[in-house]
Amino acid sequence: MPYSITVNGAVREVDVDPDTPLLWVIRDNLGLTGTKFGCGVAQCGACTVHVDGQPRRSCALPVSRLGNRQVTTIEGADGPEAKAVQAAWAARDVPQCGYCQSGQVMSAIALLREVKKPDDKAIDLAMNGNICRCATYVRIRAAIHDAAKALEA
Amino acid sequence: MGYESTGLSRREALSTAGALVIGLSLPFGGARAQGAPQAGPVDPNAFIRIGADDSVTVICKHIEMGQGPYTGLATLVAEELDADWAQVRAESAPADAKIYANFNFGVIQGTGGSSAMANSYDQLRHAGAAARAMLVLAAAQSWGVQPATLSVEKGVIRHAPSGREARFGQFAAAAGRLPVPPKVTLKDPASFRLIGQDRKVSRLDSVAKSNGSARFTIDMAAPGMLTVVVARPPCFGAKLASFDAAEALKVKGVVAVKPLSSGVAVYADGMWPALKGRGKLVARWDESAAERRGSEEMVEAWRGLAGTAGTVVNSHGDVDAALGQGDLVEAEYIFPYLAHAPMEPLDGYIEWDGKRANARFGSQIQTLDQATIAKVLGIAPQAVSIETLLAGGSFGRRAQGNAHLASELAEAAKAIGPGRPVKLVWTREDDIMGGHYRPLFVHRLRGSVKDGAIAGWSNTIVGQSFIKGSPFEAMMKDGIDPTMSEGASEIFYRTGAFRCDVHIAQSPVTTLWWRSVGHTHTGYAVECFIDQLLEKAGQDPVAGRLALMDNSRAAGVLKAVAELAGWNGPGPVNGRARGVAVVESFRSFVAQIAEVSKGADGLPKVHKIWCAVDVGVAINPDVVRAQVEGGIGFGLGHALFAEVPLEAGIPAVANFDKYRSLRIHEMPEVEVVIVKSSEAPTGIGEPGLPPTAPAVANAMARLGLGRPSRLPFVRVA
Ligand code: FES
Ligand code: FES
Repeated sequence: MPYSITVNGAVREVDVDPDTPLLWVIRDNLGLTGTKFGCGVAQCGACTVHVDGQPRRSCALPVSRLGNRQVTTIEGADGPEAKAVQAAWAARDVPQCGYCQSGQVMSAIALLREVKKPDDKAIDLAMNGNICRCATYVRIRAAIHDAAKALEA
Repeated sequence: MGYESTGLSRREALSTAGALVIGLSLPFGGARAQGAPQAGPVDPNAFIRIGADDSVTVICKHIEMGQGPYTGLATLVAEELDADWAQVRAESAPADAKIYANFNFGVIQGTGGSSAMANSYDQLRHAGAAARAMLVLAAAQSWGVQPATLSVEKGVIRHAPSGREARFGQFAAAAGRLPVPPKVTLKDPASFRLIGQDRKVSRLDSVAKSNGSARFTIDMAAPGMLTVVVARPPCFGAKLASFDAAEALKVKGVVAVKPLSSGVAVYADGMWPALKGRGKLVARWDESAAERRGSEEMVEAWRGLAGTAGTVVNSHGDVDAALGQGDLVEAEYIFPYLAHAPMEPLDGYIEWDGKRANARFGSQIQTLDQATIAKVLGIAPQAVSIETLLAGGSFGRRAQGNAHLASELAEAAKAIGPGRPVKLVWTREDDIMGGHYRPLFVHRLRGSVKDGAIAGWSNTIVGQSFIKGSPFEAMMKDGIDPTMSEGASEIFYRTGAFRCDVHIAQSPVTTLWWRSVGHTHTGYAVECFIDQLLEKAGQDPVAGRLALMDNSRAAGVLKAVAELAGWNGPGPVNGRARGVAVVESFRSFVAQIAEVSKGADGLPKVHKIWCAVDVGVAINPDVVRAQVEGGIGFGLGHALFAEVPLEAGIPAVANFDKYRSLRIHEMPEVEVVIVKSSEAPTGIGEPGLPPTAPAVANAMARLGLGRPSRLPFVRVA
């Protein structure tokens, strides 16, 4: 089936089965590989993208149900929150293996757009769908606080 | 700063004129790997490449899978070279055991046993110092001055009397034509500017791993590439009997279906058609030799063995007599099969033209992977190149003695024929149900306490051996696999009479080392049991341990962690209890104190873990800290939740819904102190893990929850 989807602001045509998860369309058809596969069943968050600004697990979203909603992947993440989060991530040396981090960063950006100064509870709520097998959680938390502070300034 | 993860850039760069490529000879003597490196601009035996653009690229023989060797190895070079960190990059070395052997493994290139920094400390400092000397000589010759009158700082060579200065790039080509100095003087550690300095260098891979540009194996793509998933047997020891691919081949995008020795491969244009095709495949398995026991039956069988005398690993004194005196204390600890579940499931990419193969993946033991690919494809190992890519975690899973991933990858390429690049991807289900687990272990412990002192200690260990029958079998002596009892066969404590014996249990379930190997279970058994004996003897967990200990480094970290946490007994105070544990693994010493309460759900809630480590010289203190944080989180998550139970031989969990991973709200606060040391550096990828579970269990005992005798602590029955 041909689909026309909007990813990172550009309209892209793909011809795939209707049940194809957005994740594989992004990765295999569009070649945007920053979004990762970790579980395929909406458990790990490695595939997190923004759909109309909301964090969504792209592995559990069939392309046929996307409609004309806007998709943003890590490659297209931009704006003050995105910059603050990525700068905080690098400054804290958050990543270890790094494989989960696109998803972590996308969830953190969405959180900071929603809540300007998240407390630990808000961070727990927003981030507990993102597994990090390297357990970089201490630094993820600290970096989100750092980013919030930087945005305030 | 940055890194380059593929060998392509390396090849391109090597052909660039004006590069200084330094090959390091290995003047370290007999037992170590013999290299035949030579200096020269196109010599592939290289550890450092200095570009005309002033960049310093460090060629890393150890895989970057999160544990930080890109940064650590580059720090060693940059220190002796007096490089500007902003110009430093790292990339993976090609597979070449002659040059890039891990000295701990013999003539094998590979990463494991937390050995990356330890086995590179001298080697890369020598490489850095030699490169510095060559640059200085080249500059001195050009300027017509004595080399001794030059200084180097932050990538700038300076001649103070004349005010002349230059960056490295200017003399890279000239330096590359000079002979490698036979002898160099290393810096006095007191003058280190990078090594051991906190936050002087930032990780080379942080930026790319924060913006999605870091490339992993799963991101490989090429024109005409096919994505391959494999249907493998549902239980261990089963073999393919027959299959029917008709329905699978009807799926749009499925290109071929081929039998491999591991199962049936489905080739498709992309992952989704491959998965759909695999879903439609009908495969029949011969299960006549398969494991059909469930883990409960296996636990009972292992427990039965634990009640009998095993092969003695170490003993002194008359244990049986000692156990007959005083108060007998008994414990049994049962450890489940555990999957490593690295965040990036196993995967590999390969191109093969019938004569040569190029594999790109997170190869952790390059030499074995290279030999295996060569064998499957019927070509010479030299005809197989391996580009080691960033790996999305490993925790031991990619260090395969049987090279099963490389083998499956090569078979997939062979079955479809030359000229077709393939990318093999395991799903999470393939990963968690696919074996190569931390083995199921049972520990039976008996000890006696007489007059407030420990009079005897007996520990019988039962589990499978992944060393026996593997390429690492030479590690075994007298039928004993040392990885089964490491940490238990010699303990810190004076316990009177002592015995540790083991039984090797048999099962077709595949097993493998898992972050911290034997210490995953021995650390728990020993540190819980000593705590239990001390409690019986009425001793404080910290003071009691110290009183029984002769090892000054173990005592050092124990004292340091007690001070850091303000230890004042185990409590509980205000509903919070504290537990302690200290473990030496891979020659590093780690002590932890956990503060735990009983959560509203009745489950243990871990608030904070204090940790003291002695890793000798801590090359990058912040990387050490990160590995400790990660090791604690990994250890705690598995201790709390993780188990791969078998039902009639079939794994009953398949994905993160039931193979529960620690999540952010379950991560305790962590505070780390690194004990100052001038000992040679040792590793930290694994040693942060073993003390966590017993420290938490020992706190749980003080909360009246008991030290869990069966892991995980939270079992879904
Ligand atoms: S891959 Fe989508 S949540 Fe795990
Ligand atoms: S950094 Fe490795 S899984 Fe998160």
